[in-house]
Amino acid sequence: MKKTMTGHKAVAEAMRQIEPDVVAVYPITPQSEIAEYYAQYVADGIVHTELVPVESEHSAMSACVGAAAAGARVMTATASQGLALMIEIVYIAASMRLPIVMALANRALSGPINIHCDHSDAYLARDAGVVHIFAESAQEAYDWMIMAQRIAEHENVRLPVVVNLDGFTLTHSVQVVEPLPDEAVKKFVGEFKPAYPLLDVDNPSTWGPFAMPDYYFELKRAQQAGMEAVPEVYLQVQEEYSKLSGRPYKGFFEAYRLEDAERAIVVMGSTAGTAKVVVDELRAKGEKVGLLKVWLWRPFPKEEIVKALSHVSKVAVLDRAFSFGNMGALYLDVTSAFVHQDQRPQFVNYIYGLGGRDTTTEQLAQVFEELKTAQPGELRYIGLRE
Amino acid sequence: MPELKTWKELPIGGVIPGGATPELNKTGSWRSQRPIWNAEKCIHCLQCWLHCPDDSILIKEGKVTGIDYEYCKGCGVCARVCPVNAIEMVPERGEG
Repeated sequence: MKKTMTGHKAVAEAMRQIEPDVVAVYPITPQSEIAEYYAQYVADGIVHTELVPVESEHSAMSACVGAAAAGARVMTATASQGLALMIEIVYIAASMRLPIVMALANRALSGPINIHCDHSDAYLARDAGVVHIFAESAQEAYDWMIMAQRIAEHENVRLPVVVNLDGFTLTHSVQVVEPLPDEAVKKFVGEFKPAYPLLDVDNPSTWGPFAMPDYYFELKRAQQAGMEAVPEVYLQVQEEYSKLSGRPYKGFFEAYRLEDAERAIVVMGSTAGTAKVVVDELRAKGEKVGLLKVWLWRPFPKEEIVKALSHVSKVAVLDRAFSFGNMGALYLDVTSAFVHQDQRPQFVNYIYGLGGRDTTTEQLAQVFEELKTAQPGELRYIGLRE
Repeated sequence: MPELKTWKELPIGGVIPGGATPELNKTGSWRSQRPIWNAEKCIHCLQCWLHCPDDSILIKEGKVTGIDYEYCKGCGVCARVCPVNAIEMVPERGEG
C-alpha cells in the first residue's frame, strides 16, 4: 500500500521490518529521526531490538562491531561528523568482515560547519572497505536498506553496507513510498547466520588479533575478495527483490534514456531525479541526451559503465564533493574505467551542490548545453559564484 | 614457525577459530635477559609465580620447580619481587 513518508521514516520502516538484534546509534542532523523513530519502536515494544544509546558515533560503531562479532544482526545510521568520528571503527568493521548495515544521511563535512547535503561524508568512507549504495528517492532508500541486509550477510561478502541518502532532500522531504508487507520483508532477509559467533562458547574463537607484516597483507587481500564477491551477490539479491516488490531494479546503475544518447550526465543520489526531468525536457526538443545514475559506487562497476557509456560522445560526471588536489572521485572512477578503451567519450567534471547548494533543472540543462563545447578534462562548477 | 598460509587459506575477517592461541607463539626468543632460579635459596613463597605476566614460573604442588624458557620473555619481574634473591637475571647468550 502506498503511503507518504519522509526518507527517515522509510529507512526506519525498513529497519522495523528487518528487526535487527542490535541497533547502536547516536543522533546527528540530518539522521536523527532515524534514531528517534527506531527508539520509539523499541520503547513501544513494536520491535525486540537491543537499542544501545551510546555516547558517540565512535562508540556506536564499536558497539556494532562487538554485537556483530557476538553473532547479532546489527544496524546503525549516521551522517557527516558522526561518520568522521566513527571512521576508525568503520575500517575495522570491514576488516573483520562484519555485515553491519548503515544508513548514511549524506551531509557536508566541516569545516565550515554546515548541516546540509553533499557527499563529502561518503567520500571520506570511500576506501574504508564498505559497500556503498546511493539512493535517488525515499522509496529507493527503503528498498536498498532491505537489499543491503542480504548483500552484507552473504557468506562470500560479509562486509558492512552503507546506504547513502541525501540529507534533507531525501531524509526530510515527504514522498510516496510503498513498503512491502512485514512478513515479506522478514522472509526476504531470512535468519542471520553469523560466522564464528563469539557467543558460541562451545566453539571459542579469537577476533581482531594483531597481524604482523607476515599476515597483514594476506588478510587485506582476503578482504578485497569480499568486495570482489559483491557484484554477483548484488545482482542476485536485486533480481529477487525486484520480483518481490514489482519495482524494476536492474544492474549496478540506472541507464536513463542512454541507449542512443550523444551527451550524458553521470551522477549519484537525489540529483538524478532532477536530471531525469531535464533529460525528458531536452528529449522532447529532439536533443539526444541521457543519464547514468550510479547505485553501486563501491565496488565500482567499471566494465558495465564502459559498456553503457562508450557510444556517448560527451559525458559530464558530477561530483557532490571535492577530492582536493585532483578531479572529483566519481570522475576519476568513470574516466579510469575507460583508460584501456579505444572508443571512449570526452569527459568533463562538474563539482556541484556542496553544503546543500540547490541544483536546479535550469543548471543541469546548462550542463548539457556546455557539454557541446566544453574542453575534455575540464573541471567546472555548477551554481558557484565565480 | 608453522608454515605461512596464503590469503585464500585464512578464515574470514582474520578470525582465529579455536580460541586462545598464546601457546603457539613461543615468546622465549624475545628474551635478552635470562632468569636463573636458585633452588637452594628459594623459599617457595610463589611471589614470582604470582607476578609473572606470562605463565613461565613452573610449579608443582605449591613449589617452584623451574622456569619455562620457551615462553619467558625475560622481563625480570620475578627477580625483582623475589624476597630472598633466589632469581638472578643474566645476559641471554642464545643457548636453549
